[in-house]
Amino acid sequence: MFADYSMGELTAIFAMQGFAGLILFSVFVLMALGLAIIFGQMGVINMAHGEFMILGAYVTYLVSNLFATYIPFAFSIYFFVAMALAFVVTGALGMFVEWAMIRHLYKRPLDTLLATWGLSLILQQIYRSVFGAREVGVSIPDWMMGSLPLTDLIEVPINGMFVMVLAVGISIAIYVLMFRSTWGKQVRAINQNRIMAGAVGINTEWTDRLTFGIGCGVAGVAGSAFTMIGSTGPTAGQLYIVDTFLVVVFGGAGSLLGTIASAFSISQAQSILEFFLSGSMAKVLTLLTVVGILMLRPQGLFALKLRK
Amino acid sequence: MTKSTKNSPNMNVSRRAILAGGAALSASLFLPKNLRAQDYPTDAVNTTGLAVTDDTVTVGILHSVTGTMAISETGSVQAEKLAIDQINAQGGVLGRKIEYIQEDGASDWPTFAEKAKKLLVNDNVASVMGCWTSASRKAVLPVFEQYNGMLYYPTFYEGLEQSPNVIYTGQEATQQIIAGIDWVTKEKGAESFYLLGSDYIWPRTSNKIARKHIEKLGLKVVGEEYYPLGHTQFNSVINKIKLKKPDVIYAIVVGGSNVAFYKQLKAAGIDMTKESPVLLTISVTEDEIRGIGGENIEGAYACMKYFQSLENENNEEFVAAFKEMWGDDMVIGDVTQAAYLGPWLWKAAVEKAGSFDVDKVREASPGIELESAPEGYVKVHPNHHLWSKTRVGKAQADGQYEVVFETADLVEPDPFPEGYQ
Repeated sequence: MFADYSMGELTAIFAMQGFAGLILFSVFVLMALGLAIIFGQMGVINMAHGEFMILGAYVTYLVSNLFATYIPFAFSIYFFVAMALAFVVTGALGMFVEWAMIRHLYKRPLDTLLATWGLSLILQQIYRSVFGAREVGVSIPDWMMGSLPLTDLIEVPINGMFVMVLAVGISIAIYVLMFRSTWGKQVRAINQNRIMAGAVGINTEWTDRLTFGIGCGVAGVAGSAFTMIGSTGPTAGQLYIVDTFLVVVFGGAGSLLGTIASAFSISQAQSILEFFLSGSMAKVLTLLTVVGILMLRPQGLFALKLRK
Repeated sequence: MTKSTKNSPNMNVSRRAILAGGAALSASLFLPKNLRAQDYPTDAVNTTGLAVTDDTVTVGILHSVTGTMAISETGSVQAEKLAIDQINAQGGVLGRKIEYIQEDGASDWPTFAEKAKKLLVNDNVASVMGCWTSASRKAVLPVFEQYNGMLYYPTFYEGLEQSPNVIYTGQEATQQIIAGIDWVTKEKGAESFYLLGSDYIWPRTSNKIARKHIEKLGLKVVGEEYYPLGHTQFNSVINKIKLKKPDVIYAIVVGGSNVAFYKQLKAAGIDMTKESPVLLTISVTEDEIRGIGGENIEGAYACMKYFQSLENENNEEFVAAFKEMWGDDMVIGDVTQAAYLGPWLWKAAVEKAGSFDVDKVREASPGIELESAPEGYVKVHPNHHLWSKTRVGKAQADGQYEVVFETADLVEPDPFPEGYQ
């Protein structure tokens, strides 16, 4: 298939294809980090993860409208305000949900699946009633649109770069929180042994609430960033949920490093396959590979060693 | 000033009525007929036990107002309600006001079938305006055929179907595709095409027809591929397109994927206003542009039968009435207009037949003409599809299309195109 092209063209395409893979990787990391915290550290199967992301997207939409109406001169930086607000709003909703619903279900992890699925339906219908059934268009500041032409053929999408930087930033932030902060220590302690953690004086209730809130908040930031590359509608969250769980489960629940490794391998496999095969076939082959590997290694790529 | 349905029995009366009515009537989209119910006794116009009384007739509206498809189907519901309101304001059908029972298909195909059965069996509705996806239509089809109902189906679709119990008010695939490809070949000198679609029956069938036609013209298809519904990452295919350098990207991507595709296309440096390559789509109406954002799709071409920006008196009145009923920020896409035709076509058929009986309405339907349609004159073909024009619009940054081409004549519907299978 490459016979007709010059060396220069091929190099350019491979460079861009590599980039496409990295962008996909960043998207997967952003989608999965929030869930990795909630599912991995708390064992809660949060089916409403996609809806939390879309809440972040709607917050971005509202902030962009506010800026456009009241402070148009600052429109070019509204996105940062929107992301911060998306984190706060989704995080707050997450903490409320934890208090109202999730905390009653810690002893019944499978029931969280049903409960959060119900929550996702409720949230979808709320979005539909508030924002209308149609997708909303979020206007993005001009400087974030378009691409940087590196050579004649190689062009780098700016929003892709933005997503990459964000993914790296949030990963580092979460790493620091998880492994260098008191909260992280407490979360990991609870994850290992809830009763003992409580006995040594860790406020497990509050830590759980905070953890769930942070997980949801990260989802909100991801949703906010995705307004650049995807759609914002009541059911758009459903587009991400399958891939998100795929990444987290494949990486090994409980391991943040695993989540990143799995996002990397799935995104690279998918983007390379997509280039050589058609889109649907690429997806089928990626899923088959993941199923195959999970059959051999049910605990995922990386698993925490726990004393049972 | 011939703004009534041609086949109305009281044509002359209504002509006089409008002359007398003068300015006040010019504001209404369609002429009042002033048919009186007592001239059409209920026993005579309804011999099959439909929900018809001396002053009302009940129809069904069956769309998804919840679930994934609500995004698309909301416009159709709004258009159908507007048409029913307008018909009632003019005195209804055979002197009877239309009442409607609305059911929610909930984006779930078995639910559609169940609700269709409820409308036909429990409510005895005289006709149903409804469905959007082909999957929902296929699900209700056996119900309509078993209980002899009449469905007015608004969406452009893949064709390959012709039921005595369905009137298809949208285009079948050849009506939407062939004229568009001819146009892009002739006007833009296109010679190579890259076909792209979401992975289900409509894009696949449409691209099959497109490919046949492209190859018949002696031109080249340099790539064809499909992505799962809901796919959100198109960077790889965009790279492939850049490598193959087609003259035309022929895109039939739907739903949330649509938004992702156009945003990423723009981000990858493909500026559609430069028309190299030209982007031609049959799946993006003004409705979809709201989600995509006008600035992300500016310069793309769409092939449809209706655009909100069409300049004719019918359309101006339709757009004004639609916005008055549903709000100024509404946009109207191709399917919404086709849905609007449903109640009017049904009314015309009922009045031509002088009866609500489904069999008589079916018999009366072929040949029904609407001069008042927003898209312009349309006519029902014996194969239950509509004769209509094909148009090409160029997307503008404000989310509207500028019409750049329309076929000189109505295009004959051909749901079973020979040589295109």
